[in-house]
Amino acid sequence: MTAHEPNLAARSNEPIISYRYDEHDRAFVRARVAEFREQVRRRLEGALTEDEFRPLRLMNGLYLQLHAYMLRVAIPYGGLTAKQMRRLAEIADRFDKGYGHFTTRQNLQYNWPKLEDVPDILEALAEVEMHAIQTSGNCIRNVTSDQFAGVAVDEIEDPRPTAEFLRQWSSLHPEFSFLPRKFKIAVTGAREDRAAISFHDIGLRIVEDANGARGYEVHVGGGLGRTPMVGKVVRDFVARADLLAYLEAILRVYNRFGRRDNKFKARIKILVHEIGVDEMKRLVEEEFAAIDRGPFAFDADEFARIAAFFAPPPYETLPGRSEALEAKKRENRDFAVFVSTNVAPHKASGYAIVTVSLKPIGGIPGDASSAQMRLLADVSERFGFGELRVTHTQNIVLPHVKQDDLFALWRELSAADLATSNAGLITDIICCPGLDYCALATARSIPVAQAISRRFQDPERQRLIGELGVKISGCINACGHHHIGAIGILGLEKKGQESYQITLGGDPTFSASIGELLGPGVTAQEVPGVIENLIEFYLSQRREGERFIDLWRRLGHARFKEAWRREGEDGVDI
Amino acid sequence: MAATKHPQILFASMLRGGQTVLLGEAGWVGDPREAVVAHDVEAAAALERRGKEEVARNNVVDVYLADVEIGADGAPAPLHYREKRRLAGPSVRPDLWVRREERLR
Repeated sequence: MTAHEPNLAARSNEPIISYRYDEHDRAFVRARVAEFREQVRRRLEGALTEDEFRPLRLMNGLYLQLHAYMLRVAIPYGGLTAKQMRRLAEIADRFDKGYGHFTTRQNLQYNWPKLEDVPDILEALAEVEMHAIQTSGNCIRNVTSDQFAGVAVDEIEDPRPTAEFLRQWSSLHPEFSFLPRKFKIAVTGAREDRAAISFHDIGLRIVEDANGARGYEVHVGGGLGRTPMVGKVVRDFVARADLLAYLEAILRVYNRFGRRDNKFKARIKILVHEIGVDEMKRLVEEEFAAIDRGPFAFDADEFARIAAFFAPPPYETLPGRSEALEAKKRENRDFAVFVSTNVAPHKASGYAIVTVSLKPIGGIPGDASSAQMRLLADVSERFGFGELRVTHTQNIVLPHVKQDDLFALWRELSAADLATSNAGLITDIICCPGLDYCALATARSIPVAQAISRRFQDPERQRLIGELGVKISGCINACGHHHIGAIGILGLEKKGQESYQITLGGDPTFSASIGELLGPGVTAQEVPGVIENLIEFYLSQRREGERFIDLWRRLGHARFKEAWRREGEDGVDI
Repeated sequence: MAATKHPQILFASMLRGGQTVLLGEAGWVGDPREAVVAHDVEAAAALERRGKEEVARNNVVDVYLADVEIGADGAPAPLHYREKRRLAGPSVRPDLWVRREERLR
């Protein structure tokens, strides 16, 4: 999908905060809706069998789960406008059960749509420039990115123009629509990795060469699932002009050599592992050298046109320190705590980035009601420029809030149960839908997250524990990213019962590592007690400023295993 | 007639709505008390045959037999927690779970 209207950005009276469809995009998405409407009609009339229809519905993001269909809506690199968020709320009310689930892929899932309603849902999405294409199937999936893109203080470059460039390149790419397996790409332009790029099939890190030219460090073969792998760097620097050709070369090598005989060994990470990174590099470089560059010639004007959609909004000139904010922090302790946990510095003076937690104590991680979605849309307009971001940690970010407005925003969020002060803390748990919804799951995950959340609900204690990623998956497919949680929890079936393995030491950032299994599985009821033991051990052993993951790296598996075996306060001898 | 290891009932999902249903005497039901229970291999095969016919008629998808035990009240209850969950709905949102009689709409 390539946009073709160079003056589009100049026509709107509103600040441009995201990529906007041109007629080409619009026509393509509408045609796809019409096509799927016809396919659904033929299925319901019996002209298509389920075997014929299944791949067609999956190409449009429609799965069949335990209790109902599930529709996965693409949110490219996690960016939403207020208008789009309102539409998601409307769809939740009209066609679903009044809520949606934000996922670790920065997407949104509806858990209860009816097949016959899905064409209307897709049409409603298309009206606000959204779709569900390539949210399933063995193709290049939704490109993900840093939720602080464009506003982070540690950013070399906004990754969204690159992400959008790749979205257009990968949408309905004729050669890569039937890959050996699904393919995920993440991009970051910051010094801190908030997009977990080491755990994607391709991870791109925007870097500068010795001359200050921008390009990409390319990581290949990362992933989670049943065989977790940290991506390997195959090129320290790919010039921007070569990016598409280089990615094309990687995908061609994967398409040619990736295994199609075994679904569980079909991801590119297995190919890289089996042939080795050096051979992978050689194959990619060979393909890259031979590739016809014509179709992939870099169009600097097109990249600049896309980048213009992500230009900074019209910020006011403000002092770096807000006296109003400081006064409110002194007056209201809860607000001060919120600022300390959920507010990050912004590259524009006088502004802040706010993480809205979708992890209320005892709540369902990532779920938002339609009322909450509408409120988020409203506050994004009142306290920003109508822009929101979905994070891979299943939260929502308001990227442009004036420091002066933080207190008023916090009050609005508080009234809607959206002001939980836990971003990055132990109750900010990543969690997949698990066996409460998912047909692939082997155990429930949400109730375990809820139990841990309740156990550690004390805000003081949470902040005392500090930065800690708890991530829970309800099966080996690892949608809940358990491998990269400092504490990871994996739900499995053991002798006909739900059983939970605990892993420690996962790290999704540039210092990437995969968690190690601590011991045999425990029951759901035992999990909070085990976590409690581990936390008590951490608190007793840590040095000044040492995070949980740091202590794990310093002391190692054996010491933590001792702590894990300690009799817990529940009297549970694990 | 060879007995099955456990009694069995037939699960499916409705094509239009995706709801979980069970095969009853006169068609698809939401209440396990109304499900046909197969106690032997032939009866289980007959259930599967009916299920496949229903798939061919485009009423349901994903039919399969699941082991059950018969409770004191005579109602079949799945042995595996996955099928128990399918009948009980999401444990985390009991407020949303549709009443059995609504499942067929």
